[in-house]
Amino acid sequence: MAFRYEVRLSGSGGQGLILVGKVLAEAAAIYDGLNATQSQSYGPEARGGASRSEVIISDGDIDYPKAENIDILLALTQEACDKYIGDLKEGGVLIVDSQMVTKIPEGNFQVVAVPIIQSAVERLGKFLVSNIIALGIIIKLSGIVSEDSVKHAIRSRVPKGTEEINIKAFYTGIDLAQNWLDQHGPLKH
Amino acid sequence: METPNPNIKMWQGNVACAEGALAAGCRFFAGYPITPSSEIAEVLSLRLPKLGGNFIQMEDEIAAMGATIGASLGGVKAMTATSGPGFSLKQENIGFAAMAEIPCVVVNVQRGGPSTGLPTHAAQGDVMQARWGTHGDHPIIALAPGSVRETYDMTVKAFNLAEKYRTPVILLSDEIVGHLTEKVEVPPIESLGLTDRKKPTVPPEQYRPYEMDSSDIPPMANFGEGYRYHVTGLAHDETGFPTNNPEKIQAQLERLNRKIERYRDEIVEVEVQYTEDAEILVISFGSTARSVRRAVINAREQGIKAGLLRLKTIWPFPGKEIEAISASVRKIIVAEMNLGQLAHEVEWATRRSKPVVRINKINGEPITPNEIFNAIIRQD
Repeated sequence: MAFRYEVRLSGSGGQGLILVGKVLAEAAAIYDGLNATQSQSYGPEARGGASRSEVIISDGDIDYPKAENIDILLALTQEACDKYIGDLKEGGVLIVDSQMVTKIPEGNFQVVAVPIIQSAVERLGKFLVSNIIALGIIIKLSGIVSEDSVKHAIRSRVPKGTEEINIKAFYTGIDLAQNWLDQHGPLKH
Repeated sequence: METPNPNIKMWQGNVACAEGALAAGCRFFAGYPITPSSEIAEVLSLRLPKLGGNFIQMEDEIAAMGATIGASLGGVKAMTATSGPGFSLKQENIGFAAMAEIPCVVVNVQRGGPSTGLPTHAAQGDVMQARWGTHGDHPIIALAPGSVRETYDMTVKAFNLAEKYRTPVILLSDEIVGHLTEKVEVPPIESLGLTDRKKPTVPPEQYRPYEMDSSDIPPMANFGEGYRYHVTGLAHDETGFPTNNPEKIQAQLERLNRKIERYRDEIVEVEVQYTEDAEILVISFGSTARSVRRAVINAREQGIKAGLLRLKTIWPFPGKEIEAISASVRKIIVAEMNLGQLAHEVEWATRRSKPVVRINKINGEPITPNEIFNAIIRQD
């Protein structure tokens, strides 16, 4: 039976979550030889409003490309967290920005709260790379695709001239996730 | 990590549409940006000039349709792309292209309607507009892709059909397929069966642009190659000039519609899965067919004899195929993101001999596999 791994990246429009979804899907499909789809749902505004990007990874065919039974939910805003938590599967992983999402909904899931946006500003001087930091956290916690594949996909997808800061952001995310694991112990899969 | 195969791309449906157009030989695009189709224009604005082609952003959608027609008359394979509101605005010139028999491809990445509706959300509500959006009895071809790879293939096919039958061809995509990114293995160009319009073999002074020949598809001369003729949306005779002669008008308009009807078997394509012993047949198209496939597989795993029929060609309508495949089933389900535009045609094609259960959704959200599965197991 083919595995199906579902990731939903949520926040507000303009946070770069569609790009992160495309990077993750490309890493899985082009460099790790799996199948992957990336789809998105957002409002008509250019900035703001709850926005989501979804990646399905499988070793089989992917027919329905939308997430329904989510393995990892990333929420960068409280609004997105409240709106999308219902589709997280039992025992799944909720990753939140610890400053933006202060009210964690009740439920049977694991919570990883990390200061993603603050780390982007303090460590890299650019809140814009919060999205790629979040990607680093997801990769470290899930192991769903290899770090090398993600690095290649980042280089192929981010705007020219921003490759190095995005690679640094990716490693910042891996580092934050490692710190979290050191403090809290491994996640249950 | 594996070494990537350069022929395998991670493309969005709209990117695959643009790349398919280029592979088919499209060298002119005129458009007016509109969500969720804008990526097609974005890609072609970058790629066409490098291939010696032209990209032009017009002042509105009908002008973009007009420019597309003009480019085609000049001998260039031409396309425009839009979504619902823009598709409405193009209708007058789509009728002109049908009447004057000018090959061109019109992409409609469907979004929620009516009016400006839901710019960023999917719908499949333009099935009837694709057929009858422009007035009068006219032929049309409409294709509906269900994946990113198929968007590539069908864009190529749309050009091939447009050239072969001298007609506008509609590519009826939707927001889900248009904005979906997935793996595509790009086929070799030799496998695409590229088709070019039939050109006149007679000298210019003997050329009659709307001649009633045995194929019903008159040869088409490109402007600038020495052939001068008249192009009009008015009813015209074989010379292309307007006529009020009832016999000539009747003959020309019958030929115009017949030229697609008589070749419908070469045009129409459907996909069937698990239909050999199916008791319940689910009919769908476009992105919704992906949910249907999941639901049918789930049903089969539980021993329920469900099958799927996906319409790859919407117009000409695959009525004959639907009738044949549904002959032995006891129930038909039609799933579509509109209020039953396809279901109505299915009822007509099957002469209402079977119960037709409708699954309709028009709130911008996709029909889920579960919603279809529930309709499969329900006792109707």
